[in-house]
Amino acid sequence: MLERALTGNTRYYKLLGVLLVFMGLGFAAWLTQLNRGLTITGLSRDVSWGIYIAQFTFLVGVAASAVMVVLPYYLHNVKAFGRITILGEFLAIASVTMCLLFIVVDLGKPMRLMNVLLYPTPNSILFWDMIVLNGYLLLNVLIGWNVLEAERKGTHYPKWVKPLIYISIPWAVSIHTVTAFLYAGLPARHYWLTAIMAARFLASAFCSGPALLILLSYLVKKYSKFDPGKEAVDKLANIMTYAMLISVFFVGLEFFTAFYSNIPGHMQALQYLVVGLEGHHNLVPFMWLFTILAVAGVALLLNPNTRKNEKMLLAAAACVFFSMYIEKGLGLIVAGFIPNPLEQVREYAPSIPEIMIALGVWATGFFVLTVLYKIAISVKEEVAN
Amino acid sequence: METSRRNLLKIGGICALGLGTLPVLDAVAKVDAPKFMGNSQALTAKRWAMAIDMKKCWEKGKPGCQDCILACHTVHNVPDIGTQKEEIKWLWAEKYENVFPGQESGMEPEAIREKPFMLLCNHCTNAPCTRVCPTKATFKRADGITMMDFHRCIGCRYCMAGCPYGARSFNFRDPRNYIKTELNTTFPTRERGVVEKCNFCEERLAVGKIPACVEACKCKALIFGDLEDSTSEIRKVLAEHFSIRRRPELGTQPGVYYII
Repeated sequence: MLERALTGNTRYYKLLGVLLVFMGLGFAAWLTQLNRGLTITGLSRDVSWGIYIAQFTFLVGVAASAVMVVLPYYLHNVKAFGRITILGEFLAIASVTMCLLFIVVDLGKPMRLMNVLLYPTPNSILFWDMIVLNGYLLLNVLIGWNVLEAERKGTHYPKWVKPLIYISIPWAVSIHTVTAFLYAGLPARHYWLTAIMAARFLASAFCSGPALLILLSYLVKKYSKFDPGKEAVDKLANIMTYAMLISVFFVGLEFFTAFYSNIPGHMQALQYLVVGLEGHHNLVPFMWLFTILAVAGVALLLNPNTRKNEKMLLAAAACVFFSMYIEKGLGLIVAGFIPNPLEQVREYAPSIPEIMIALGVWATGFFVLTVLYKIAISVKEEVAN
Repeated sequence: METSRRNLLKIGGICALGLGTLPVLDAVAKVDAPKFMGNSQALTAKRWAMAIDMKKCWEKGKPGCQDCILACHTVHNVPDIGTQKEEIKWLWAEKYENVFPGQESGMEPEAIREKPFMLLCNHCTNAPCTRVCPTKATFKRADGITMMDFHRCIGCRYCMAGCPYGARSFNFRDPRNYIKTELNTTFPTRERGVVEKCNFCEERLAVGKIPACVEACKCKALIFGDLEDSTSEIRKVLAEHFSIRRRPELGTQPGVYYII
């Protein structure tokens, strides 16, 4: 099937070309980072994780795109999702690929990466995250590829794939839970030390994953002969609506607990995010943008008239995706380090090379995604003919 | 290379004999003794700990005294990067409100509010950093020291997120160009990309010397010893004076006590 990725129209090659340029720039910036160290980033001894780990955290959520179509299709027999399970699974592959790359670019000594396998350490959550992420990647590659190949041949997929599909559903829950545990188990980071962290991760994943899938389904419909189907998109919109409401509710819960209890340690990170702390307010505009996008997204999704209107739904999906990106991809990680354990406020802003590396990883993910979608759509088009 | 069946069998036989002798050798020559000799001068303990008598430090020490910091940073080749962002700190000073956040009343004597408190790795009994490290590059020793293996660390900085005391520093750039003290060739310098912190001078304890900071303090404000030994000096000092530890509510059981 791979050969289908090699033939395409000019637009396809142009897209790949643009992505390759960004990948190249990112790679060059990464070589500089390898050469000079993480000093070229905006990271510091106080805010020791920045946009790399933040993007990683957000993209683990996007990988939930697969389970949100696979679960209804295989467990509840929602036929409409049969056409797009492959799109969900291939998006998950691209997302997890980006997650793993973001971990690698964040390491101070990437050449020692294999130490995680050479000295397996079950008491470290990072060790388990390595296992669940790689496992989820493998599951989606095996399932997606075999199901698509069977579809091309007009046969049923091999029997051994079915148990993998069932395993992939709780496995998807595990990637969000374990990633949340990375943060929720640290004693001195008040903003992260919350029992609903894993629940928040699941909720935000179940809205940001489907949101991107809705946007991608629209692009697929527009630029190819394959139509994912209105019913599937409507059902995804319902899932996204519920998940978005729960996400916003969970964020509200954090605010209540912090501010009603009035415990300084619990309030400080939230204060830093929404109004600024001790005169430092780098993230305040972003958090207000999050608020506006979240409210707009919820408003568009709650109203059935706007939700069922294609253009409005796309706008809502974009609002949901970017609001969750800000909340999880920017605010959650950075604010966890502010104030530092000595209650000093040391701010963080990514440097230009750091942003280039992050863009390079995104471009790599979208390169993988483009190639995989090209293969899937070619097969779908052939079968339709 | 041409070879006859006879030669092949011979080689095979020799190989089998070689493999066969290994268990025999083990059975005859195996001893339970350690593979290397420890230094008989080494200082040992069940639980190394430190008490810092801040009163002594402020009253007897000369103003702006940096003796302990200088001794530590010289012995361990700690670089002076010169920026707050990438600072490497093994032993350093901060104000009361930063050392004991949440415990300030605002009504403390001015001396306590303004004078420096010495900070270092707390060598916690329940160290969050060793719990989160994915490669065991940081680990607990039987004597309570939280150790750091610079050669195994992958630089993920999870320990820095885990440490409740800000005691860990990351080498954002090659530190070797920034070592401004005289180079100590008996202690490793670090590469960029790894985390480092105070090691309670385990390399000195191993050859019978007390930690460099304790040795350097002329007013004897730093007291180092075995917390499990009821006759040790640190136990005596802690029994005589009221002391506090940093962030006790986290259950980390720090091994550094402050006498104020």
